[in-house]
Parts: sequence; structure tokens; C-alpha cells
Amino acid sequence: MTKTLFMNARLIDPVALTDAPGAVLVEDGIISQVFDIATPDITGPEVVECKGKCLAPGIVDIGVKVSEPGERHKESFRSAGRAAAAGGVTTIVTRPDTLPAIDTPETLEFVESRANIDAPVRVLPMAALTKGREGREMTEIGFLQDAGAVAFTDCDRVVTNTKVFSRALTYARSLDALVIAHIQDPGLSEGAAVTSGKFASLRGLPGVSAMAERMGLDRDISLIEMTGARYHADQITTARALPALERAKRNGLQVTAGVGIHHLTLNELDVADYRTFFKVKPPLRSEEDRLAVVQAVADGLIDIICSMHTPQDEESKRLPYEEAASGAVGLETLLPAALRLYHAGQIDLPRLFRALALNPSKLLNLPSGRLSAAAPADLILFDPDAPFVLDRETLQSKSKNTPFDGARMQGKVLGTWVAGEQVGGTA
Amino acid sequence: MTFRAQHLLGIEPLHPTEITTVLDLADQYANDPGSPKHRNVLAGMTQINMFFENSTRTQASFELAGKRLGADVMNMAMQASSVKKGETLIDTALTLNAMHPDILVVRHPHSGAVDLLAQKVNAAVLNAGDGKHEHPTQALLDALTIRRAKGRLHRLSIAICGDVSHSRVARSNIMLLGKMENRIRLIAPPTLMPSGVAEFGCEVFHDMEEGLKDVDVVMMLRLQKERMDGGFIPSEREYFHRYGLDAAKLRHAKDDAIVMHPGPMNRGVEIDGTIADDINRSVIQTQVEMGVAVRMAAMDLLARNLRTRRWQAMEGEGVMV
Repeated sequence: MTKTLFMNARLIDPVALTDAPGAVLVEDGIISQVFDIATPDITGPEVVECKGKCLAPGIVDIGVKVSEPGERHKESFRSAGRAAAAGGVTTIVTRPDTLPAIDTPETLEFVESRANIDAPVRVLPMAALTKGREGREMTEIGFLQDAGAVAFTDCDRVVTNTKVFSRALTYARSLDALVIAHIQDPGLSEGAAVTSGKFASLRGLPGVSAMAERMGLDRDISLIEMTGARYHADQITTARALPALERAKRNGLQVTAGVGIHHLTLNELDVADYRTFFKVKPPLRSEEDRLAVVQAVADGLIDIICSMHTPQDEESKRLPYEEAASGAVGLETLLPAALRLYHAGQIDLPRLFRALALNPSKLLNLPSGRLSAAAPADLILFDPDAPFVLDRETLQSKSKNTPFDGARMQGKVLGTWVAGEQVGGTA
Repeated sequence: MTFRAQHLLGIEPLHPTEITTVLDLADQYANDPGSPKHRNVLAGMTQINMFFENSTRTQASFELAGKRLGADVMNMAMQASSVKKGETLIDTALTLNAMHPDILVVRHPHSGAVDLLAQKVNAAVLNAGDGKHEHPTQALLDALTIRRAKGRLHRLSIAICGDVSHSRVARSNIMLLGKMENRIRLIAPPTLMPSGVAEFGCEVFHDMEEGLKDVDVVMMLRLQKERMDGGFIPSEREYFHRYGLDAAKLRHAKDDAIVMHPGPMNRGVEIDGTIADDINRSVIQTQVEMGVAVRMAAMDLLARNLRTRRWQAMEGEGVMV
């Protein structure tokens, strides 16, 4: 029986919403005891001296794109797993928008076996909601669930046919399956590269109104009211969509929402002179929208922060802006970027980890994301203040398409543990 | 005389004094365009015109400008070339760069594509129009035309009318005329007005007669039919009725207001033929003429900066010069 004591730590507890000195005892990969004194007097266990740094539950990142199968040169389970371990992400929940899409139990099994061999962190796969993510026929939701799919999503494709979508939701409800959707009105957002407004007009780029997001959410909420399915909006990025989300929650619908880290920390002006590493989907928003969304995370209206990790190679980014691929890698920059909100005084650390670890775990009915007895010992130790300048070449991801290249950041992961085993960091 | 730019990618990065420098030099070229004394300005230099989008007029204007300055001019019709075979823009740029051109004139259907290309080559790059972004030489030639007709390029009331939303000419003109402290009025149906345009410091009108009231300059834009993916306006005839420039609408402008159009014109869609041909009002032919002069001036200035940079690089390497 292995015992490890993490002592002299600053415990970030997203359940009790506390940030206080303490210690954590881990036995056989499970947290067995949490102490509110920094140096409990117990003998026997191996000791990790935390030196007053932050110990928090590991990040659970919903919506990570690992480009296996299909585009392994962009990201493999090995590289994504290493990136996750380096970034303090202890569970990655993978997207099915691969080539081919993960839409059968057989392809799902391939993903699971590859992940088991190569990734040092926990990997939970999601599956497509419709076959080929084409929005026509639903996938074998039951079989896929049995095979381990934790949620169903067509990723950035909207199921435009409301009849198809409502049937899939109804069917998913009977299995208590979680459906994750991208909320963009497909007509308005077609061909858009940026958010419409002064910046889009100055650069002569096709824009989409921020209203397209609320329209997508409004439609989906109506369908949830109709079907009663368990639903999560992958990214809410605009102020205008927030009242609709709040109403839906108040009315008792099983609706939750997430936001990508890039929309919390960057705005449309960062695109500047057509910098395609800042091209994400949905496009970056105005500063007013960014601030509204940050506030919504602090208030708990938006439940989850995710990295929306999307590896793209140089070839697909070194193109004119409209033609360039969307997406940015985020596993390794998720925590330091999120700490920008903490350093700006917009959110405290327990609430940050509520969005990074606890809420995603709850959404997927996982025991992780908590700093309490009986929870798995998926832990990260980090120094929230350590400054550094990001060099994209140092990233573990095979693809280096980060918008934070050269950015000054604060916050370093000192150690990552999955089930009590250290998988990242040198602490 | 000030002109520091390495490339001419847009009006946005230019300082007003740089704009004045180009216009002053272009003025000189315009007075004596075909003179043999200009033949050594770009002598020994290679100019490549790369047009990824169809153009006859702009390409011819750049070609003529280069030839009048003595450059070796080469036209590459990029639509018919390796781009079709899947070559990326950057590879095309690197291939061209290996041929050591001195001046690259580029038109591309995507906004920002010329900026991207300019980052990868050693030549001086002139943007001949990128997507819906900028078309700087068009704005400069318009400015020169206005300055010659009105005697000044400031404190004028200028109306830009038509498909503002899809027009790079409009964007460059808004930038340039704004930098020179003019009053800009944009007139278009709301579906053809770009979003956030009120923040540009322009006045926005959806009614021609109201918008044209007492303006000094009426700048018409081409209704870019090829850009319409459908449904911006109900029909051409309704557009002409409400937004086409005819004598009745022009009466609201000042009596000596000039009429401009970047060409090619759609007679009977955005402009009435008789207005376009009215030698007392229309300066459309002058615009074409100024186009060559402005392009000569821009290439001349960029070539001077290019020579200076090369000179400095050689000195830096310790080469005896």
C-alpha cells in the first residue's frame, strides 16, 4: 500500500471554495485524508514538500482534439498526453471530429486502445451525435455509450435540421446521454472569419454578428425544453447569449455551458494584421463581450472553461486569413492563461478550479475534480506567480499553433499526478 | 520629402506627409508622362505583376507605369498558373523571390494576402487590391484627381456612394481622405454598408439626395456583381432608381461638384451614361490618366528606398562601395 503526503501546500478547494494552507494524504491513488494544517504529524508516507505552492484538483478538459485517427502528424495521443501532463490537465475528453469521425463503437475502441497505450493522463472519448457529423442520421448512441463515450457532439458543425436534432436529443434523453452542441446560427455564420464590426470592416474580412450565437442558443434551448435532454453548449462567447442561458437555467432545464480559454483572454483586435494563429471558431469577440463572459464564469453562470485544444500544422495556418484553418492548441497554456483572470482580480482560484476541474467532472459524473477524501488523486501543484515568456517551440504538442507565442505569462505547473502517480513536472 | 515605406500595402500605415510626397511626385509625372528622361528611373529593375484576380485596367496601368520608368516588366497571370495545381501563396512567393525581382505588384482575392506575401519576399511590394481590404494606388489616384480639380485635398465634403461593403476602393479612400481631414459621407443601402462603419468617423446616409447635399466630390462605386452572393439588393433597376447617379440626384451636390468612378462602369446601374460622359462634371478619364502617374511615383519612391536598404546592407557587410 503506497502512501504519499502532500504537505505544506496551499489547498485550492473548488467545492468548499476555500484557499488555505493544508496537506493531502494519498493512498493507492485515492485521496484518503485532507488536513487543514500544513504539516500534519504522521509517519510512514512518502512526502511531497509543496513549499506553500498551490495544490488543486487536476484540470478536466472537455473538447480536446487529438488528431488520431487521420492527422497524426498534427497531434497524437502520446504528444497530446504529454502536453496535458505538462499543462496540469489530468483528464482529456476528446472530440470526435477526426478523420474519420468517431461515430461507431469500432472507431471508438480504436481511440480507447491508442489512448491507453500512449497517453500518461486519463482520456475519455466523446462520440459524434450524427453519422459522419453530417447532421442526417443519429449514431448508435447506446452502443457508443456502452463502449465508453462520455458525451455526444458534432463539434463545430451545427445539426441544422431541427427534426434530426430533436430526435437525437429525445433518444439521448432516454439513455441520459449528454449532448454537447456548437451554438452558431449556421446561415449567419457561414463563411465568417471574424466577428462583424469595425475591425472586420477595416480588415475587409467576412464577419458574423455576435447575434448568431444567441440565435443558436435560443433554438437549442427551445429543443431542450421540448425534449428534456441533458445539454451542454460548448462555448458561449458573447454577452448577448448570457441572459438566454440564465433563463434556461432558472427554468430548471438541464443546460450547462462552457467557454474556451482564448475567448476569455483575447479579443478580436488581437488578430491585428491577419495573424491566423488567432483564428478560432467562433471568432474572437469584442472586449465588452470578453469581459461579460469572464464575469459569467466568476458568477458560475458559465460552468466550464476548456482549452478547445485544436492542433493545426503550419501549412494550414500560413495562408490568407479567410483560407486559413481555425483553432489553437491550448493544453499547455490553459492554466497560465486562465491565471491572467486571477491576476487581474476577476476571479479567485477556487472559483477558477470550479470551472476547470469540478464542474466538468460533475457534468460527466466523474469522481475527480475535488480535493476531498475518496476522490481520485488527480492533482496538480503549481506556482501561480512564476513568470515566463512563452516560446511555442517548447510546447509538447506536435502542432505549435498557439496565439500566446512570445506572450508574458504567469503561472507554472510544478507537478501533475494522475491516480497518485506523477506524470508531469519536477516537484 | 518623406516616404519611408518599404512596401505600399495600404493607405492605413501611411502618414499624411507620405501621401503628400507621393501626390507631389505624381503631379510632376502627370505633367510630362511619356518623357524619355524618366526612362532611367527604374532602369535595370525587374517588375513582376502578379494578378491572382482578373484585371485589365489596373494591370495595364502598372505595366505602362513601369515601362515608362524603364523597368523590365513581366506579367504573370496567376489564375492560370501553379496556383491551380495547389501551390500555396507562400510557395509562390518564395519561388518568385528566387528570381530576384525588385518590384512586385500583387492583386489577390483574399484580404491580407498581399501582406502575407510581402513578409516573404525581398522586393518592394505594391498592393494592387486585396479582397475587401485595400487598393492604395486607386485611393492615391483619386486623391490626385481631386487635388488637381479642386486645388486642394482638405476640408472638402466628399460622398462615397454605392457598394461600400464589398469595396476595397472605398476603404482605402475613407482612410486617405480621412487622414487629409476631409468630411466623408457614405451613401449606400444598409445591406451594402459595412458593419461598425459609424466608428470610422464618416457620416452614414441611406438616401442619395440627403447624402449628396452640398458635396464637392461624388465618388461612385462599382456595384460588384461578381461579389454578390445573392440578395443584397432587390434588383438592378430598383438600385438604379434609388442609388444610381443621375442629373436629378446630382443637382443636390454643389454646382461645381465633380463626379468620379473607379471603373469599369455599369452604365444604368450605378451611374447614368450622360453624367459619366459630361465633360463638365465627370473626371473619370482623368482618373485613368492619374493612375499611371501615381503608380510611377509610388514605384519610384519604393525603388529609392529599396536601393537605400540594399546600400545599407552592403555597407553593413563591409563591402567597399
